[in-house]
Amino acid sequence: MTALLDIDQLLDQMEAGLSQALEQRGVESPVLIGIRTGGVWLADVLSKRLGIEEPFGELDISFYRDDFSRIGLNPRVKPSSLPFDTEGRDIILIDDVIMSGRTIRAAMNEIFDYGRPASIILATLIDLGARELPIQPDVAGKTMALESHQRVKLRGPDPLRIELQEAGQ
Amino acid sequence: MTANDSSPHHLQLTRDGQLRHFLTLDGLDRALLTDILDTADSFIEVGERTIKKVPLLRGRTVVNLFFESSTRTRSTFELAAKRLSADVLNLDISTSATSKGESLSDTLLNLEAMASDMFVVRHSQSGAPHFIAESVTPGVAIINAGDGRHAHPTQAMLDMLTIRQHKGQFEGLKVAIVGDVLHSRVARSQIRALNELGAEEVRVIAPGTLLPKDVESLGCTVEYDMNRGMQDLDVVIMLRLQKERMEGALLPSEREFYRLYGLNQQKLALAHPECIVMHPGPINRGVEIESAVADGPQSVILNQVTNGIAIRMAVMSMAMGGQVAERQQKLSERGQA
Amino acid sequence: MSSVNTSGSSLKITGGRLFDGQGAEQENTALLIRDGRIAAMGEAAAREAADETISAENGVITPGFVDLCCNLREPGNGQKGNIASETLAAAHGGFTTVCASPETSPVNDSSAVTHLIRDGAASRSPIQVLPIGAITRGLEGDLLSDMAGLASAGCVAVGNGSRGVRNARILRRCMAYAQTFGLTVMFSPENQALAADGYAHDGLVTSRLGLLGIPEVAETAAVMEMLLLAEETGVRLHLSQLSCARSVEMLADARSRGIAVTADVAMHQLVFTEDALAGFDSRFHVRPPLRSESDRKALIAGVREGVIDAIVSQHQPHDTAAKQAPMAATEPGLSSIESVLSLGLELVEMNELALADLIRALTRGPASVLGRTARLAEGETADICLFDPDAFWTPGATTLVSAGRHAPVIDRELPGVIRLTLSEGRKAWPQPEI
Repeated sequence: MTALLDIDQLLDQMEAGLSQALEQRGVESPVLIGIRTGGVWLADVLSKRLGIEEPFGELDISFYRDDFSRIGLNPRVKPSSLPFDTEGRDIILIDDVIMSGRTIRAAMNEIFDYGRPASIILATLIDLGARELPIQPDVAGKTMALESHQRVKLRGPDPLRIELQEAGQ
Repeated sequence: MTANDSSPHHLQLTRDGQLRHFLTLDGLDRALLTDILDTADSFIEVGERTIKKVPLLRGRTVVNLFFESSTRTRSTFELAAKRLSADVLNLDISTSATSKGESLSDTLLNLEAMASDMFVVRHSQSGAPHFIAESVTPGVAIINAGDGRHAHPTQAMLDMLTIRQHKGQFEGLKVAIVGDVLHSRVARSQIRALNELGAEEVRVIAPGTLLPKDVESLGCTVEYDMNRGMQDLDVVIMLRLQKERMEGALLPSEREFYRLYGLNQQKLALAHPECIVMHPGPINRGVEIESAVADGPQSVILNQVTNGIAIRMAVMSMAMGGQVAERQQKLSERGQA
Repeated sequence: MSSVNTSGSSLKITGGRLFDGQGAEQENTALLIRDGRIAAMGEAAAREAADETISAENGVITPGFVDLCCNLREPGNGQKGNIASETLAAAHGGFTTVCASPETSPVNDSSAVTHLIRDGAASRSPIQVLPIGAITRGLEGDLLSDMAGLASAGCVAVGNGSRGVRNARILRRCMAYAQTFGLTVMFSPENQALAADGYAHDGLVTSRLGLLGIPEVAETAAVMEMLLLAEETGVRLHLSQLSCARSVEMLADARSRGIAVTADVAMHQLVFTEDALAGFDSRFHVRPPLRSESDRKALIAGVREGVIDAIVSQHQPHDTAAKQAPMAATEPGLSSIESVLSLGLELVEMNELALADLIRALTRGPASVLGRTARLAEGETADICLFDPDAFWTPGATTLVSAGRHAPVIDRELPGVIRLTLSEGRKAWPQPEI
């Protein structure tokens, strides 16, 4: 069974939240970095919505994951691509779903290996709670909790849609 | 009738087909070779960052076990391991243990006490890394950094990466390997990789004394005349010629070899105009290749160094990954049982 | 060895199929053994009472096997085996006679060493040991050994073990001198200059794995040279451990021209090929090297047609360290004597060799090379092997009798279990309980 959440509504929420956060912090020329794969699709949409002309970055965190010692290397790793100098920049880091917070930790470690950014704002489409690390999104399209048998997944890139999967189906 | 199933490709893959050692390209399919190249592409990007280091092998120990000294190859492995955040120990065995008559098995026993996670092995005897992979404690990954005349898989893969960067793909490519194929572990691995990745033709160009018996069975054609062999080539790979080849009556002189099989501008002009020139190094200028060609616009010899680090990072992280994944799998199976 | 039988005690074997090495197979009714000899056969034996009766049901009874090439490693440093361990292993393999290779340490190039081997065998071997003398001093390939002295000390032939002879002139003199005393010379044909540093068949697998090859011509050139020299000197030549199809052809041709030449092949050459090295399996580092499938086929045909007289074990036990290294650093040879019959039976099963040809090449064939007989007949010495061809056993690295653990097949079920080996009427295998 697949229940669809309204993606446009969530994107509106993210756009509004980000505009507000940027204004509050007085950030004038942020750059977007999306985490593969869902975060990259979202960065593409949001850069247009926010009118950011500078091309967005794509981050593959495979080399920074903390579960290498359990599952080995992701065989489908692709090069990260940050088409700007991160040093001193205000970064909007985007992912589709936040749960444990481990992906974001890995992503921030990776970003710092490119240089020292001025700030990072974290925006996610969905916040599922269940955090294992002290990391919180500044902006979330929706906050919700899942039953233990449920999974949520962003499909894309065109059209973007959210799938709620019931385990065993 | 075959005697056993311990052929190298069973040894170097996990049950799920992941790399756990990297001993030879034999038995590795196109998908896996492509994975290696793709992963290396990602590591090339890492090499362009301010901090050229990823935490994959943090806290792990890599031992460079060089029974045959080679500063160049050892350095790229060392740099690759360090960029993966591993601790690296360089052991130049050629000058220590084995010269005192210690057997390889005994050397290994001593090294195991160091609780290393990976051995990068170079040895003058074909099959030595394979032997080590069979004898060493489970969980330790073995990377072949060149064994006898058998294989030099990381060198061949970095050459494949270079070819892919310049040609985009392998389909339809005509590639020649020129020179001392008989003694070359690099050539054996290259022929295998080019065949598996789908090159149209692999040609070896050499005199009969420098070709192994039944060389065609490796997956190549043979051409004795270099002028003919250069026709339509997309890639020409020059092999290094060791000076001692004159001694065993394999060749009359360097001069005659250079005249017949050395690459100069005239011969290169016979190939496709966009033919690239490669050489695993170190180059003997005026023996295998003319300086004007080695330093010329078609030469990609220097690109090969950057690619060497990326390829080694790729196979080291993939083999270590295979080892840890396998260990986890065994633990969970034991837990269930 | 002495044939002191527990006086008067007798043994009777009943049932089973009997191959007496002379051709036809018979259904045996009984075989009576007394005083180390076959006292009666058939109904005459069945009527007699015996102290012990063994049923050979489902079994095959043959003369005890004769091995023309076996390394007992004594004298030696003991790490690789000794007369007691290796002759017991031979008995476990159904052998009642083994020729002891001159490649001992020191080399068997003097009557003193020959006596040492014979004395050791007399006290510690359950089977008969026939020493082969070294044809050159120290097997160095340049000075003649005291061949007449070796012969009178008990050497049944002279040979070069697995080592080469420096050049054709010395080879010619070796043959001429041996011929003087009517000695058979046993040579492993290998041209050392062509073999050079090689250790594997120069062919497909060597090219792929980058091993150092020994070309076929290293053997065939030597075979041709030896055949011509044997023809010229008139010596009785035995070619040991052929490995090439071309060698078999040249051998057949020489025989048809009446040259006194015989030959053997190691069992592993009939079963395995260069492919066995595919996983760098150092066990299969043997010399001459395992060659191609077409060579293997031609060698089998050679045995079948009787061009090759004998199948040998070429048993070369080693300590573990000698075999545990990259191939180039290992010593050649297999610990093979316990699995010769089983590997042969696999060939029979695959219809590559008839059982009668296999038995002949293990009994009458090698015996005739030594000028001996191997027959099951009244009055003959009771050297007998009883095996069950349909029973299975699994050689394990720790369960082999030999000190060498590098058997050609480990942990795989093999057909053919030796139930009884009788040497001069006494139980050599299974070991009698003391």
